Amino acid sequence: MRAEHDHGHNHPVNFDPTVAEPDPFEPASAGDRPLRIGLGGPVGSGKTALTAALCRTLGAEIELGVVTNDIYTTEDADFLIKAGVLDADRIEAVQTGACPHTAIRDDITANLDAVERLQQRHPGVRLVLVESGGDNLTAVFSRGLADAQVFVVDVAGGDKVPRKGGPGVTTADLLVINKIDLAERVGADMEVMLSDAHRMRGELPVIAQSLTDTPRAPEVAAWVRQRLAAGAPAR
Amino acid sequence: MTTSGRLAMLALADARFPGGGHVHSGGLEEATHRGVVTRPEELREFLFGRLHGTGELAAVFAAAATHSAAGGAGRQYWLRFDAELDARTPSPAQRDASRAQGRGTARAGRVAWPSSALDELLAATARPHHATVLGVLLGGSGNGTPRDAAAVAAYLALSGSASAAVRLLGLDPFAANAAVTELGPELDRVAERAADTVGDDPADLPAPSAPALDLLAEAHQRHHREEVRLFAS
Repeated sequence: MRAEHDHGHNHPVNFDPTVAEPDPFEPASAGDRPLRIGLGGPVGSGKTALTAALCRTLGAEIELGVVTNDIYTTEDADFLIKAGVLDADRIEAVQTGACPHTAIRDDITANLDAVERLQQRHPGVRLVLVESGGDNLTAVFSRGLADAQVFVVDVAGGDKVPRKGGPGVTTADLLVINKIDLAERVGADMEVMLSDAHRMRGELPVIAQSLTDTPRAPEVAAWVRQRLAAGAPAR
Repeated sequence: MTTSGRLAMLALADARFPGGGHVHSGGLEEATHRGVVTRPEELREFLFGRLHGTGELAAVFAAAATHSAAGGAGRQYWLRFDAELDARTPSPAQRDASRAQGRGTARAGRVAWPSSALDELLAATARPHHATVLGVLLGGSGNGTPRDAAAVAAYLALSGSASAAVRLLGLDPFAANAAVTELGPELDRVAERAADTVGDDPADLPAPSAPALDLLAEAHQRHHREEVRLFAS
Protein backbone atom coordinates (compact mmCIF):
# COMPACT_ATOMS: atom_id res chain seq x y z
CA MET A 1 0.00 0.00 0.00
CA ARG A 2 2.98 2.29 -0.23
CA ALA A 3 2.54 5.28 -2.49
CA GLU A 4 6.19 6.05 -3.02
CA HIS A 5 9.10 3.78 -3.72
CA ASP A 6 12.77 4.35 -4.07
CA HIS A 7 12.77 2.88 -7.57
CA GLY A 8 11.57 5.91 -9.43
CA HIS A 9 7.80 5.67 -9.70
CA ASN A 10 4.65 5.83 -7.59
CA HIS A 11 2.04 3.16 -7.02
CA PRO A 12 -1.57 4.20 -6.54
CA VAL A 13 -2.64 4.00 -2.89
CA ASN A 14 -5.24 1.30 -2.39
CA PHE A 15 -7.83 2.08 0.25
CA ASP A 16 -9.63 -1.25 0.04
CA PRO A 17 -9.16 -2.73 3.54
CA THR A 18 -9.77 -6.24 2.26
CA VAL A 19 -6.87 -6.30 -0.15
CA ALA A 20 -4.30 -8.85 0.97
CA GLU A 21 -0.80 -7.63 1.54
CA PRO A 22 1.85 -8.90 3.85
CA ASP A 23 2.38 -6.70 6.89
CA PRO A 24 4.89 -4.07 5.75
CA PHE A 25 6.54 -3.74 9.17
CA GLU A 26 9.47 -5.71 10.46
CA PRO A 27 8.47 -7.86 13.41
CA ALA A 28 9.33 -6.25 16.73
CA SER A 29 11.13 -9.39 17.91
CA ALA A 30 14.65 -8.51 18.89
CA GLY A 31 17.08 -9.07 21.66
CA ASP A 32 16.92 -11.53 24.44
CA ARG A 33 13.26 -12.35 24.86
CA PRO A 34 10.82 -15.09 23.93
CA LEU A 35 9.01 -15.14 20.62
CA ARG A 36 5.44 -13.93 21.08
CA ILE A 37 2.76 -15.46 18.89
CA GLY A 38 -0.79 -14.09 18.97
CA LEU A 39 -3.83 -16.30 18.42
CA GLY A 40 -6.98 -14.37 17.56
CA GLY A 41 -10.37 -14.99 16.02
CA PRO A 42 -14.11 -15.01 16.65
CA VAL A 43 -15.74 -16.53 19.74
CA GLY A 44 -15.88 -20.33 19.66
CA SER A 45 -13.59 -20.80 16.67
CA GLY A 46 -11.25 -22.99 18.70
CA LYS A 47 -8.46 -20.68 19.86
CA THR A 48 -8.14 -22.29 23.26
CA ALA A 49 -8.25 -25.80 21.82
CA LEU A 50 -5.52 -24.85 19.35
CA THR A 51 -3.47 -23.29 22.14
CA ALA A 52 -3.81 -26.51 24.13
CA ALA A 53 -2.80 -28.60 21.10
CA LEU A 54 0.28 -26.43 20.53
CA CYS A 55 1.24 -26.70 24.19
CA ARG A 56 0.93 -30.47 23.97
CA THR A 57 3.01 -30.73 20.81
CA LEU A 58 5.63 -28.05 21.43
CA GLY A 59 5.80 -28.24 25.22
CA ALA A 60 8.21 -31.17 25.06
CA GLU A 61 10.53 -29.33 22.65
CA ILE A 62 10.64 -25.81 24.02
CA GLU A 63 9.92 -23.94 27.21
CA LEU A 64 6.66 -22.06 26.74
CA GLY A 65 4.00 -20.00 28.47
CA VAL A 66 0.48 -18.80 27.70
CA VAL A 67 -1.26 -15.46 28.20
CA THR A 68 -5.03 -15.67 27.91
CA ASN A 69 -7.32 -12.68 27.34
CA ASP A 70 -10.64 -14.47 27.43
CA ILE A 71 -13.24 -12.65 29.53
CA TYR A 72 -13.84 -15.91 31.35
CA THR A 73 -10.19 -16.10 32.08
CA THR A 74 -10.36 -18.68 34.80
CA GLU A 75 -12.31 -20.92 32.46
CA ASP A 76 -9.67 -20.85 29.74
CA ALA A 77 -6.85 -21.29 32.22
CA ASP A 78 -8.76 -24.14 33.86
CA PHE A 79 -9.21 -25.78 30.46
CA LEU A 80 -5.47 -25.74 29.84
CA ILE A 81 -4.65 -26.94 33.33
CA LYS A 82 -7.21 -29.75 33.23
CA ALA A 83 -6.06 -30.79 29.80
CA GLY A 84 -2.75 -31.37 31.56
CA VAL A 85 -0.83 -29.46 28.92
CA LEU A 86 0.58 -26.68 31.08
CA ASP A 87 1.31 -25.98 34.73
CA ALA A 88 -0.85 -23.29 36.26
CA ASP A 89 2.15 -21.04 36.85
CA ARG A 90 2.88 -20.96 33.13
CA ILE A 91 -0.48 -19.35 32.39
CA GLU A 92 -1.18 -15.65 32.90
CA ALA A 93 -4.69 -14.25 32.65
CA VAL A 94 -5.36 -10.67 31.57
CA GLN A 95 -8.41 -8.57 32.40
CA THR A 96 -9.35 -6.59 29.33
CA GLY A 97 -11.82 -4.07 30.77
CA ALA A 98 -14.56 -5.51 28.54
CA CYS A 99 -12.58 -4.53 25.41
CA PRO A 100 -10.61 -7.56 24.18
CA HIS A 101 -9.47 -5.89 20.96
CA THR A 102 -8.15 -2.85 22.85
CA ALA A 103 -6.03 -5.09 25.06
CA ILE A 104 -4.31 -6.79 22.11
CA ARG A 105 -4.09 -3.82 19.77
CA ASP A 106 -4.58 -0.23 20.98
CA ASP A 107 -3.21 -0.51 24.50
CA ILE A 108 -1.11 -3.62 25.01
CA THR A 109 0.09 -2.69 28.51
CA ALA A 110 -1.78 -5.41 30.40
CA ASN A 111 -0.55 -8.09 27.99
CA LEU A 112 3.06 -6.92 28.09
CA ASP A 113 2.87 -6.95 31.90
CA ALA A 114 1.56 -10.53 31.76
CA VAL A 115 4.40 -11.61 29.44
CA GLU A 116 6.88 -9.98 31.82
CA ARG A 117 5.44 -11.82 34.81
CA LEU A 118 5.83 -15.11 32.92
CA GLN A 119 9.43 -14.26 32.08
CA GLN A 120 10.20 -13.35 35.66
CA ARG A 121 8.85 -16.66 36.94
CA HIS A 122 10.40 -18.67 34.09
CA PRO A 123 13.50 -16.93 32.77
CA GLY A 124 14.07 -19.76 30.28
CA VAL A 125 10.74 -19.34 28.47
CA ARG A 126 11.33 -19.11 24.69
CA LEU A 127 7.79 -19.01 23.32
CA VAL A 128 4.73 -17.16 24.63
CA LEU A 129 1.35 -17.85 23.06
CA VAL A 130 -0.97 -14.86 23.56
CA GLU A 131 -4.57 -15.93 23.12
CA SER A 132 -7.01 -13.09 22.53
CA GLY A 133 -10.54 -13.00 23.79
CA GLY A 134 -13.09 -13.96 21.16
CA ASP A 135 -13.69 -10.91 19.02
CA ASN A 136 -14.81 -9.76 15.59
CA LEU A 137 -13.17 -10.00 12.19
CA THR A 138 -11.38 -6.67 12.55
CA ALA A 139 -9.40 -7.61 15.67
CA VAL A 140 -5.69 -8.00 15.09
CA PHE A 141 -2.68 -7.97 17.38
CA SER A 142 -0.43 -4.97 17.63
CA ARG A 143 3.07 -5.67 16.29
CA GLY A 144 4.30 -4.30 19.59
CA LEU A 145 2.78 -7.33 21.29
CA ALA A 146 2.88 -10.21 18.79
CA ASP A 147 5.88 -11.04 16.61
CA ALA A 148 3.57 -13.16 14.47
CA GLN A 149 -0.14 -13.82 14.57
CA VAL A 150 -2.56 -16.59 13.76
CA PHE A 151 -6.20 -15.87 12.98
CA VAL A 152 -8.54 -18.78 13.72
CA VAL A 153 -11.94 -19.17 12.07
CA ASP A 154 -14.07 -22.30 11.87
CA VAL A 155 -16.37 -23.90 9.32
CA ALA A 156 -19.34 -23.72 11.70
CA GLY A 157 -19.11 -19.92 11.64
CA GLY A 158 -20.17 -20.07 8.01
CA ASP A 159 -18.22 -20.64 4.80
CA LYS A 160 -18.55 -16.94 3.87
CA VAL A 161 -16.22 -15.79 6.64
CA PRO A 162 -13.00 -15.76 4.56
CA ARG A 163 -14.78 -13.84 1.80
CA LYS A 164 -15.83 -11.14 4.29
CA GLY A 165 -12.19 -10.30 4.77
CA GLY A 166 -11.19 -7.82 7.45
CA PRO A 167 -7.69 -7.35 8.80
CA GLY A 168 -7.77 -10.66 10.73
CA VAL A 169 -8.40 -12.78 7.64
CA THR A 170 -6.35 -10.72 5.20
CA THR A 171 -3.23 -9.75 7.17
CA ALA A 172 -2.63 -12.45 9.81
CA ASP A 173 0.62 -14.31 9.25
CA LEU A 174 -1.33 -17.57 9.30
CA LEU A 175 -5.05 -18.23 8.79
CA VAL A 176 -6.37 -21.42 10.35
CA ILE A 177 -9.71 -22.82 9.24
CA ASN A 178 -10.75 -25.02 12.12
CA LYS A 179 -13.21 -27.89 12.65
CA ILE A 180 -13.16 -29.09 9.04
CA ASP A 181 -14.58 -32.42 10.24
CA LEU A 182 -17.88 -30.56 10.75
CA ALA A 183 -17.99 -29.07 7.24
CA GLU A 184 -20.45 -31.55 5.86
CA ARG A 185 -22.81 -31.33 8.81
CA VAL A 186 -23.04 -27.54 8.78
CA GLY A 187 -23.23 -27.38 5.00
CA ALA A 188 -19.93 -25.54 4.60
CA ASP A 189 -18.24 -25.78 1.24
CA MET A 190 -14.57 -26.35 1.99
CA GLU A 191 -13.49 -25.67 -1.55
CA VAL A 192 -15.17 -22.27 -1.52
CA MET A 193 -13.74 -21.46 1.90
CA LEU A 194 -10.21 -22.34 0.89
CA SER A 195 -10.29 -20.62 -2.48
CA ASP A 196 -11.82 -17.49 -0.90
CA ALA A 197 -9.16 -17.56 1.81
CA HIS A 198 -6.33 -17.80 -0.71
CA ARG A 199 -7.89 -15.12 -2.90
CA MET A 200 -8.16 -12.73 0.07
CA ARG A 201 -4.70 -13.51 1.38
CA GLY A 202 -2.52 -13.73 -1.69
CA GLU A 203 0.76 -15.39 -0.75
CA LEU A 204 0.00 -15.69 2.97
CA PRO A 205 -0.49 -19.28 4.22
CA VAL A 206 -3.78 -20.99 5.09
CA ILE A 207 -4.10 -24.21 7.08
CA ALA A 208 -7.35 -26.18 7.25
CA GLN A 209 -7.46 -28.58 10.17
CA SER A 210 -9.59 -30.57 12.57
CA LEU A 211 -8.39 -31.10 16.11
CA THR A 212 -10.70 -34.10 16.26
CA ASP A 213 -8.82 -35.77 13.41
CA THR A 214 -5.34 -34.42 14.25
CA PRO A 215 -5.39 -33.47 17.94
CA ARG A 216 -1.77 -32.31 17.98
CA ALA A 217 -2.21 -29.67 15.28
CA PRO A 218 0.89 -30.85 13.38
CA GLU A 219 0.75 -28.32 10.55
CA VAL A 220 0.30 -25.29 12.79
CA ALA A 221 3.01 -26.62 15.11
CA ALA A 222 5.34 -26.91 12.10
CA TRP A 223 4.58 -23.29 11.19
CA VAL A 224 5.38 -22.19 14.75
CA ARG A 225 8.68 -24.11 14.59
CA GLN A 226 9.57 -22.21 11.42
CA ARG A 227 8.80 -18.95 13.16
CA LEU A 228 10.94 -19.95 16.10
CA ALA A 229 13.82 -20.80 13.82
CA ALA A 230 13.48 -17.58 11.88
CA GLY A 231 12.51 -15.11 14.53
CA ALA A 232 13.44 -16.37 17.97
CA PRO A 233 15.92 -14.01 19.53
CA ALA A 234 19.31 -15.60 20.15
CA ARG A 235 19.97 -16.78 23.65
CA MET B 1 4.46 26.61 28.51
CA THR B 2 5.31 25.57 24.97
CA THR B 3 2.88 24.16 22.43
CA SER B 4 4.38 20.71 22.88
CA GLY B 5 3.64 21.09 26.59
CA ARG B 6 -0.05 21.53 25.98
CA LEU B 7 0.01 18.47 23.74
CA ALA B 8 1.79 16.34 26.34
CA MET B 9 -0.89 17.18 28.88
CA LEU B 10 -3.68 16.40 26.44
CA ALA B 11 -2.08 13.13 25.33
CA LEU B 12 -1.63 11.94 28.91
CA ALA B 13 -5.29 12.68 29.69
CA ASP B 14 -6.52 11.02 26.47
CA ALA B 15 -8.29 7.69 26.97
CA ARG B 16 -6.36 6.50 23.90
CA PHE B 17 -3.02 6.95 25.65
CA PRO B 18 -1.61 3.41 25.72
CA GLY B 19 -0.67 3.29 29.39
CA GLY B 20 -2.97 0.49 30.52
CA GLY B 21 -5.72 2.67 32.01
CA HIS B 22 -8.56 1.06 30.09
CA VAL B 23 -8.56 -2.08 32.23
CA HIS B 24 -9.15 -0.15 35.48
CA SER B 25 -12.60 0.96 36.65
CA GLY B 26 -11.53 2.57 39.93
CA GLY B 27 -14.03 0.59 42.00
CA LEU B 28 -16.89 1.17 39.58
CA GLU B 29 -17.16 -2.49 38.61
CA GLU B 30 -17.53 -3.54 42.23
CA ALA B 31 -20.04 -0.73 42.80
CA THR B 32 -22.17 -1.94 39.88
CA HIS B 33 -22.08 -5.52 41.15
CA ARG B 34 -23.40 -4.27 44.47
CA GLY B 35 -26.10 -2.22 42.82
CA VAL B 36 -24.61 1.00 44.20
CA VAL B 37 -24.28 2.53 40.74
CA THR B 38 -26.99 1.72 38.21
CA ARG B 39 -28.02 5.10 36.75
CA PRO B 40 -26.34 8.33 35.57
CA GLU B 41 -27.37 10.15 38.78
CA GLU B 42 -25.58 7.54 40.85
CA LEU B 43 -22.57 7.66 38.58
CA ARG B 44 -22.41 11.41 39.24
CA GLU B 45 -22.29 10.81 43.00
CA PHE B 46 -19.69 8.08 42.59
CA LEU B 47 -17.49 10.36 40.48
CA PHE B 48 -17.79 13.14 43.07
CA GLY B 49 -16.37 10.69 45.62
CA ARG B 50 -13.63 9.61 43.21
CA LEU B 51 -12.60 13.22 42.66
CA HIS B 52 -12.34 14.06 46.34
CA GLY B 53 -10.76 10.75 47.38
CA THR B 54 -8.45 9.07 44.90
CA GLY B 55 -8.50 12.05 42.52
CA GLU B 56 -7.39 14.66 45.03
CA LEU B 57 -4.64 12.44 46.42
CA ALA B 58 -3.38 11.73 42.91
CA ALA B 59 -3.54 15.45 42.10
CA VAL B 60 -1.46 16.36 45.16
CA PHE B 61 1.26 13.84 44.36
CA ALA B 62 1.26 14.50 40.62
CA ALA B 63 1.73 18.22 41.29
CA ALA B 64 4.51 17.59 43.80
CA ALA B 65 6.23 15.14 41.44
CA THR B 66 6.15 17.70 38.62
CA HIS B 67 7.80 20.28 40.84
CA SER B 68 10.41 17.85 42.16
CA ALA B 69 11.23 16.38 38.74
CA ALA B 70 11.80 19.86 37.34
CA GLY B 71 14.06 20.55 40.33
CA GLY B 72 16.22 17.49 39.64
CA ALA B 73 15.16 15.26 42.54
CA GLY B 74 17.29 12.14 43.04
CA ARG B 75 16.73 8.51 43.92
CA GLN B 76 16.58 8.95 47.67
CA TYR B 77 13.89 11.58 47.32
CA TRP B 78 11.78 9.36 45.04
CA LEU B 79 12.02 6.45 47.45
CA ARG B 80 10.67 8.65 50.27
CA PHE B 81 8.04 10.09 47.95
CA ASP B 82 6.96 6.59 46.96
CA ALA B 83 6.67 5.47 50.59
CA GLU B 84 4.59 8.54 51.48
CA LEU B 85 2.11 7.81 48.70
CA ASP B 86 1.98 4.17 49.77
CA ALA B 87 1.16 5.29 53.30
CA ARG B 88 -1.76 7.35 51.96
CA THR B 89 -3.14 4.40 49.97
CA PRO B 90 -4.28 1.93 52.63
CA SER B 91 -5.80 -0.64 50.23
CA PRO B 92 -3.21 -3.06 48.81
CA ALA B 93 -5.46 -3.57 45.77
CA GLN B 94 -5.44 0.17 45.08
CA ARG B 95 -1.68 0.37 45.55
CA ASP B 96 -1.31 -2.43 43.03
CA ALA B 97 -3.70 -0.77 40.55
CA SER B 98 -1.82 2.52 40.88
CA ARG B 99 1.57 0.87 40.35
CA ALA B 100 0.30 -1.15 37.37
CA GLN B 101 -0.85 2.07 35.69
CA GLY B 102 2.34 3.83 36.73
CA ARG B 103 4.44 1.15 35.10
CA GLY B 104 2.33 1.20 31.94
CA THR B 105 2.37 5.00 31.75
CA ALA B 106 6.14 5.03 32.26
CA ARG B 107 6.60 2.43 29.50
CA ALA B 108 4.59 4.50 27.03
CA GLY B 109 5.86 7.84 28.33
CA ARG B 110 9.50 6.88 28.13
CA VAL B 111 9.17 6.63 24.37
CA ALA B 112 7.26 9.90 24.04
CA TRP B 113 8.95 12.13 26.66
CA PRO B 114 12.27 10.66 27.77
CA SER B 115 14.05 12.57 30.53
CA SER B 116 16.77 12.08 33.10
CA ALA B 117 14.14 12.73 35.78
CA LEU B 118 12.17 9.70 34.57
CA ASP B 119 15.33 7.56 34.54
CA GLU B 120 16.05 8.68 38.09
CA LEU B 121 12.53 7.76 39.24
CA LEU B 122 12.63 4.35 37.52
CA ALA B 123 16.03 3.64 39.07
CA ALA B 124 14.43 4.19 42.48
CA THR B 125 11.42 2.00 41.72
CA ALA B 126 10.53 0.02 38.60
CA ARG B 127 6.81 0.25 39.38
CA PRO B 128 6.15 3.79 40.56
CA HIS B 129 2.68 5.07 41.39
CA HIS B 130 0.59 6.44 38.55
CA ALA B 131 0.42 10.00 39.93
CA THR B 132 4.19 10.12 40.37
CA VAL B 133 4.81 9.10 36.76
CA LEU B 134 2.33 11.66 35.41
CA GLY B 135 4.15 14.41 37.30
CA VAL B 136 7.62 13.25 36.33
CA LEU B 137 6.67 12.94 32.65
CA LEU B 138 5.39 16.52 32.56
CA GLY B 139 7.91 18.12 34.93
CA GLY B 140 10.95 16.13 33.83
CA SER B 141 10.51 17.05 30.18
CA GLY B 142 9.60 20.68 30.88
CA ASN B 143 6.21 20.07 29.30
CA GLY B 144 3.86 21.00 32.10
CA THR B 145 3.23 22.76 35.37
CA PRO B 146 2.27 21.17 38.70
CA ARG B 147 -1.25 22.41 38.14
CA ASP B 148 -1.42 20.74 34.72
CA ALA B 149 -0.28 17.44 36.18
CA ALA B 150 -2.79 17.75 39.04
CA ALA B 151 -5.61 18.37 36.58
CA VAL B 152 -4.61 15.35 34.47
CA ALA B 153 -4.38 13.08 37.52
CA ALA B 154 -7.76 14.24 38.85
CA TYR B 155 -9.38 13.91 35.43
CA LEU B 156 -8.07 10.35 34.96
CA ALA B 157 -9.59 9.40 38.31
CA LEU B 158 -12.96 10.30 36.77
CA SER B 159 -12.71 9.31 33.11
CA GLY B 160 -11.71 5.68 33.76
CA SER B 161 -14.71 5.06 36.00
CA ALA B 162 -17.10 6.84 33.65
CA SER B 163 -15.92 4.77 30.68
CA ALA B 164 -16.26 1.59 32.74
CA ALA B 165 -19.85 2.57 33.57
CA VAL B 166 -20.66 2.82 29.87
CA ARG B 167 -19.10 -0.58 29.19
CA LEU B 168 -20.58 -2.40 32.19
CA LEU B 169 -24.04 -0.83 32.45
CA GLY B 170 -24.59 0.24 28.87
CA LEU B 171 -25.22 3.75 30.22
CA ASP B 172 -25.96 6.48 27.74
CA PRO B 173 -22.46 7.70 26.84
CA PHE B 174 -23.70 11.29 26.60
CA ALA B 175 -25.01 11.15 30.16
CA ALA B 176 -21.79 9.55 31.41
CA ASN B 177 -19.69 12.17 29.66
CA ALA B 178 -21.82 14.96 31.12
CA ALA B 179 -21.41 13.46 34.59
CA VAL B 180 -17.66 13.97 34.17
CA THR B 181 -17.75 17.43 32.67
CA GLU B 182 -20.17 18.76 35.30
CA LEU B 183 -17.34 18.36 37.77
CA GLY B 184 -15.19 20.87 35.85
CA PRO B 185 -15.21 23.73 38.39
CA GLU B 186 -14.76 21.23 41.21
CA LEU B 187 -11.78 19.68 39.41
CA ASP B 188 -10.20 23.12 38.94
CA ARG B 189 -10.37 23.75 42.67
CA VAL B 190 -8.80 20.34 43.40
CA ALA B 191 -5.95 21.05 40.97
CA GLU B 192 -5.41 24.53 42.39
CA ARG B 193 -5.24 23.28 45.98
CA ALA B 194 -2.83 20.54 44.89
CA ALA B 195 -0.55 23.03 43.16
CA ASP B 196 -0.46 25.11 46.36
CA THR B 197 1.24 22.30 48.26
CA VAL B 198 4.24 21.76 45.95
CA GLY B 199 7.57 22.29 47.63
CA ASP B 200 6.34 20.77 50.89
CA ASP B 201 8.29 17.81 52.19
CA PRO B 202 6.58 14.59 50.97
CA ALA B 203 5.77 13.70 54.58
CA ASP B 204 3.83 16.95 54.96
CA LEU B 205 1.69 16.62 51.82
CA PRO B 206 -2.08 16.34 52.38
CA ALA B 207 -3.67 12.91 52.82
CA PRO B 208 -7.23 13.05 51.42
CA SER B 209 -8.99 9.69 51.47
CA ALA B 210 -12.22 7.86 50.64
CA PRO B 211 -12.56 4.73 52.79
CA ALA B 212 -15.49 3.43 50.74
CA LEU B 213 -13.27 3.32 47.64
CA ASP B 214 -10.60 1.47 49.61
CA LEU B 215 -13.20 -1.09 50.66
CA LEU B 216 -14.60 -1.45 47.14
CA ALA B 217 -11.08 -2.04 45.80
CA GLU B 218 -10.44 -4.76 48.35
CA ALA B 219 -13.83 -6.40 47.72
CA HIS B 220 -13.22 -6.31 43.97
CA GLN B 221 -10.01 -8.22 44.31
CA ARG B 222 -11.49 -10.72 46.74
CA HIS B 223 -14.44 -11.42 44.46
CA HIS B 224 -12.23 -11.79 41.44
CA ARG B 225 -10.84 -14.96 42.92
CA GLU B 226 -14.37 -16.37 43.17
CA GLU B 227 -16.04 -15.13 40.00
CA VAL B 228 -15.21 -13.33 36.82
CA ARG B 229 -14.38 -9.65 36.85
CA LEU B 230 -13.75 -7.76 33.62
CA PHE B 231 -11.57 -5.01 35.08
CA ALA B 232 -8.30 -5.23 36.97
CA SER B 233 -9.58 -2.75 39.56
